[in-house]
Amino acid sequence: MNQPTIIKVSGLSKIYKNDSVETVALRNITFEVKKGEFVAIMGPSGSGKSTLMHILGALDVPTSGEYILDGENVGVLSEDDLATIRNKKIGFIFQSFNLLPRTTALKNVMLPMAYAGVDKNVREIKAKKYLIMVGLEDRMEHTSNQLSGGQQQRVAIARALANDPAIILADEPTGNIASDQAEEIMKIFQKLNAEGRTIILITHEPDIAHFAKRVIIIKDGNIVEDRLNGKKKI
Amino acid sequence: MKLIEIIIESISTLGLNKMRTGLAALGIIIGIGSVIALVSIGQGSQKAVEAQIQSLGANLLTVMPGSQRSGNVRTASGNTTLTLEDAKAIMSSSQITTVKNVSPEFSRRFQIIAGGNNTNTQVYGVYPEYAQIRKVNIASGVFISQTDVDSMSRVAVLGPTAATNLFGEGTDPVGQTIRINKQSFRVVGVTESKGGSGFNNQDDIIFAPLSTVQKQLAGVDYLSTIAVEAKSQDVMTEAQNQVGYLLLERHKLTDPTTADFSIMSQSDILNTASQVTGTFTTLLSGIAAISLLVGGIGIMNIMLVTVTERTREIGLRKALGAKRKTIITQFLVESVILTFFGGLIGMVFGITISMILSKLLSFPSAISMSSVLLAVSVSGVIGIVFGWYPAQRASKLAPIEALRYE
Repeated sequence: MNQPTIIKVSGLSKIYKNDSVETVALRNITFEVKKGEFVAIMGPSGSGKSTLMHILGALDVPTSGEYILDGENVGVLSEDDLATIRNKKIGFIFQSFNLLPRTTALKNVMLPMAYAGVDKNVREIKAKKYLIMVGLEDRMEHTSNQLSGGQQQRVAIARALANDPAIILADEPTGNIASDQAEEIMKIFQKLNAEGRTIILITHEPDIAHFAKRVIIIKDGNIVEDRLNGKKKI
Repeated sequence: MKLIEIIIESISTLGLNKMRTGLAALGIIIGIGSVIALVSIGQGSQKAVEAQIQSLGANLLTVMPGSQRSGNVRTASGNTTLTLEDAKAIMSSSQITTVKNVSPEFSRRFQIIAGGNNTNTQVYGVYPEYAQIRKVNIASGVFISQTDVDSMSRVAVLGPTAATNLFGEGTDPVGQTIRINKQSFRVVGVTESKGGSGFNNQDDIIFAPLSTVQKQLAGVDYLSTIAVEAKSQDVMTEAQNQVGYLLLERHKLTDPTTADFSIMSQSDILNTASQVTGTFTTLLSGIAAISLLVGGIGIMNIMLVTVTERTREIGLRKALGAKRKTIITQFLVESVILTFFGGLIGMVFGITISMILSKLLSFPSAISMSSVLLAVSVSGVIGIVFGWYPAQRASKLAPIEALRYE
C-alpha cells in the first residue's frame, strides 16, 4: 500500500487519576493507519479500547505520547481546536445513534455542517446526497423517533460523512440494532471503504470485526495482535 | 454557526416543550406585568392627587398661623395669631399689588342636628370670596353673601355629603333648618361635589358666615387660615413675599425667621404630596422588582434542569464540533428568548390590568412609555444574567462524560 498515513500513534499512554489511585488505561501504544484502511479495534470490556477510541476521536487527550491525525498533532490542541478537529476530520458513529431528538433526519445530517459554517443551501444539498447514499431518500423529513434503529444508524452514518472527514470512527455501531439490519449497516461501511474512506471500527463482536480488512486486538491497554483479515466478505 | 440560525433553532427547541416553556415564562410574565401595572397605579395615583390639589384652587397661597417666638423660645400658645384685620389689610394695602382675592377662614368641628340625624362635621366660617378662591360651585340655592357676613345671619350652605348625612338621599335641604351647636341655622344652599374620600372628604363640610361662626359658635376673634389668590401663576413668589412682609410689619416683627405664621403655596403642597406618592410608587416598584427577581430565578431553575436533561445532546453537539462559545450562545439565546417574549406578554398583561384598575378606581391611567421600555429591556437582561450560569455549565461539560450520561 502506497497510501499516505492518516493516523500515527506513537508511545501513547493514558492514565486516569482518581484521588490517589492511578488507573492505566493505555500503555505505550504505537500503530499507524493509512488512508483507505478499514480497521477493527477489538478487545474485551476494560481493555482500553474505549479510551483509545476517545483519544482517536479527539474527545480526550493522551497523558503521554503522540497522536497525529491527518498531519495535525492532536495532543497539544486547545479545547476549541479539538472541537474543530472533531468537526472537520472525524465522523462519529455511536452505539446509541445520538441523533437530536424530535429533529428531522435532514436537519440531523446538516448539523455538523452548520458548526463548520457551510452555507445553508450547500448544507441541504450535501445532506440530501448522503441520505440518498445510505438509502433514506424517503425518510428525510422523518424525525429521529419515527425511525427504526437501523434507519437511525444510517442517518448517523450520513451525518458522519457530512464534512467529508479524514476518518470515520464507529463505536459499536451495530450494538443496538437487530442482527438483520446490522449486516446492512456493515455493508454500508464496506461500500464507503471501497470508495476510499478510512474507517475505524470499535467492537467486541468477531462477526462484526470480520467486515474489516485489518484487526487490532487490545488487552489491558496493550496491543496484543495486529493482523490483516484473511477472508474478505463482500 | 450564525446567530440567526441559533435563534431559529432555539425557538423550535422551546416550541418542542411548550408546557415547560410556558411555565418558565410565567414567572417573567407575572413579574413584568406587575411592574407595569404597579408603576402605572403609582403614577396614576400621583396624577390623581395632583389633579385634586389643583382643583382646590389655582394660584392659591394659604396663610396659616404659627406659634409666636420670643427670643429662642417658641411659646405653646400659637394658632391665634391671624385676625380678620390681617386679611382685610392684605386686600386693601397699597404694598400689595399681586393679590386678586382674599378669603379669611375659621373652621372647627361642631355637632350638627337636623330632624333626627346627628353628625359631627367641620364647619367653615367664610366670606363670599371663599367660593371663588376655593373653586366651590353651588348645586342649588346660594352661597354665603356679604350681607350674611355683615349682619351675622344664621344661614348655612351644606356640602353634598353633609346634606345627605343630615337629610337623606335625594331631598333638597334648601329652606330647612339645622342646629349647629344647639343654635338653629337656615340652609340656603348646597354645593357641588368636589370628590375626595375617607378622612379627606371635601364634601362633608358646612359653610356659614365667618362672623357668625367666630362670635356665636366658637367665641373667638382669630382665623384658622387666610386663603390668598394671586393674580397669576407667575407672581406667586412675589405675592408670597408681599403678604409675608405685610404680616410681619403688622405683627411688629422684623426677622422673617421669627414669623408667627407660615405661607404655603399650592406648589409647596403639590410638592409634598408628590413626594408622598413618589415614595408610594417606589415602594410598589420595589415589590414588583422582587417578583421580577423571583421570575428570573425561575428561568435559571428551568434552564439548569434543561441543561441536565440535555446533557447527552450537549455532549453530542460538542462531539460534532460545537465550540464552547456556540453552546453558551445557544443556551443564552434560549433564556433570552424566554424572558423577552415573557416580557412582551407581561407587558400586554400589565397594561390590561392597569387599564382595568384605572376604570374601576377611576384613576387617570398613567402607562408611561419609559416604564414599558424599561420593563422589556430589563426582562432581556434578566435572560442574560440568569441564563449565564446554566449556559456556562452546559459549555463546560466534557463531551465523553456528557455522551455517557443516561
